[in-house]
Amino acid sequence: MQTQEPLHPGLFSWPDSAPELLGSRCSDCGEHAFPSQSSCRACGSERTEIVGLGNSGTLWTWTIQSFMPKAPYFTDETPESFRPYGVGYVELACGLKVESRLHENSADALQIGLPMSLEIVPVRQDDKGAQLMTFQFRSAEAL
Amino acid sequence: MTDVAIVGLGLHPFGRSPSLSGLEQGAIAARAAIADAGTEFKAMEFAFGGSQDAGNADSLVNLLGLTGLQFTNIWNGCATGGSSLNAAYSAIKSGQYDMGLVVGFDKHARGAFNPQPKDWGLDDWYGETGLMLTTQYFAMKIKRYMHDYGISRDTLVRVAEKAFRNGSITPTAWRQTALTTEDIEQAPMVSEPLNKYMFCSPAEGGCALVLCRADIAQKYTPTPVLLRSAIVRSRHYGSFEVFSPSQAPAVAPSPTVTASRAAFEFAGIGPGDIDVAQLQDTEVGAEIMHLAENGFCEHGEQEHWLREGATEINGKLPVNTDGGCLANGEPVGASGLRQVYEICHQLRGTAGARQVPNTPKVGYTHVYGAPGISGVNILTT
Repeated sequence: MQTQEPLHPGLFSWPDSAPELLGSRCSDCGEHAFPSQSSCRACGSERTEIVGLGNSGTLWTWTIQSFMPKAPYFTDETPESFRPYGVGYVELACGLKVESRLHENSADALQIGLPMSLEIVPVRQDDKGAQLMTFQFRSAEAL
Repeated sequence: MTDVAIVGLGLHPFGRSPSLSGLEQGAIAARAAIADAGTEFKAMEFAFGGSQDAGNADSLVNLLGLTGLQFTNIWNGCATGGSSLNAAYSAIKSGQYDMGLVVGFDKHARGAFNPQPKDWGLDDWYGETGLMLTTQYFAMKIKRYMHDYGISRDTLVRVAEKAFRNGSITPTAWRQTALTTEDIEQAPMVSEPLNKYMFCSPAEGGCALVLCRADIAQKYTPTPVLLRSAIVRSRHYGSFEVFSPSQAPAVAPSPTVTASRAAFEFAGIGPGDIDVAQLQDTEVGAEIMHLAENGFCEHGEQEHWLREGATEINGKLPVNTDGGCLANGEPVGASGLRQVYEICHQLRGTAGARQVPNTPKVGYTHVYGAPGISGVNILTT
């Protein structure tokens, strides 16, 4: 079976039966960040800890990426196979809004306030044949 | 302490100039500004300049003359021009220098910008998975804004219509063809809710200004324009910015709000005093949001402002009289200075077919760019 590896370490718990996003929380002011940071962007403290950010939220805003981006975009797609994708900010339980690709890619499937859930999806194959995985959100209920 | 005056204006038209490098377009603009002030490059005691993709601005001395002046390269994203003006303002205001040049130029490849994550303190995954596009950010910001403040799609269309209409009467604009409502409404979608005619494009061009002490300005021009404030601000925690993998729970005012307030306070002038404005319009939503962020109206009021034509050349606050970024394109290094160039023409009364009526006396310019920086200038006759 093809091995699966995260595209980038530390963004989400993996492998995991119920993956969640990982971020940091400032031990001094309590503010969260995603991805995790060793210092706090709110107060500048260097005391932060890695915390789970959960796997669900609500859609705060969104758009559809209609054309295939230039590099540094790097997937297995070709200009022929490219399909538009949704992008949005999902507001998590802690209040942090995380930018993410969305499973939905048409305007009639998305609206602000929609409940969303996390999923881990393939991006591309690396040069050793492993499938590289990233996170995205999908609508938790059909519109 | 002396005031600071703008006494020379120069522009190399924005658009595409296949036979010229970005640097050469900057040199053409610089020569034009110096000639407009009736002086010579060797009279420039300092220069501040920048470009994103067309090389170091101080290489201009190879084309303009190796005079030994202080030439400082400025690179500050979309606020490069504003930062150069800010530096020039301080250089004259401090008494160190009497006269100098600010210059910006650029030459970008076709298509959307493709910034590299590492240059912005981000890891590769952010760009590789297709999140690092300024177009997405602007689309998502106006999408939320339309939801929060009841802005309609018709209002987006009106901004584009005005831009291309103003471009059609601006001899130096890149896009000089007016478009119908239908042309704009039916254009292909780029990033919902913004379509092809609602975004500006990266372009080429150059712009330069000669500045001097206001008390000697009449030697160079009968119509000096005073630079009353030149302010640059960066983002606060919580403001919704481009290239942000996450945003704080509480939404804070954008750097445009803080730059604008500081500029008004510094100049002792209020939003109601402004006769003509240039507001960053890299896409139509930006112009709409920037009207409120700069203090000209309340959030949501843009809907009836635009319906009533308030931002047209003959409206109560003419905005982007030369067609703005939408009709001129955006050579990043030159774009902020083009705004000042246009306001100076409006205040001189030399803006031709796009001249704002009733002799405008107070002008305003604003840029916003990645990753959350804003520059505001206030100019008066």
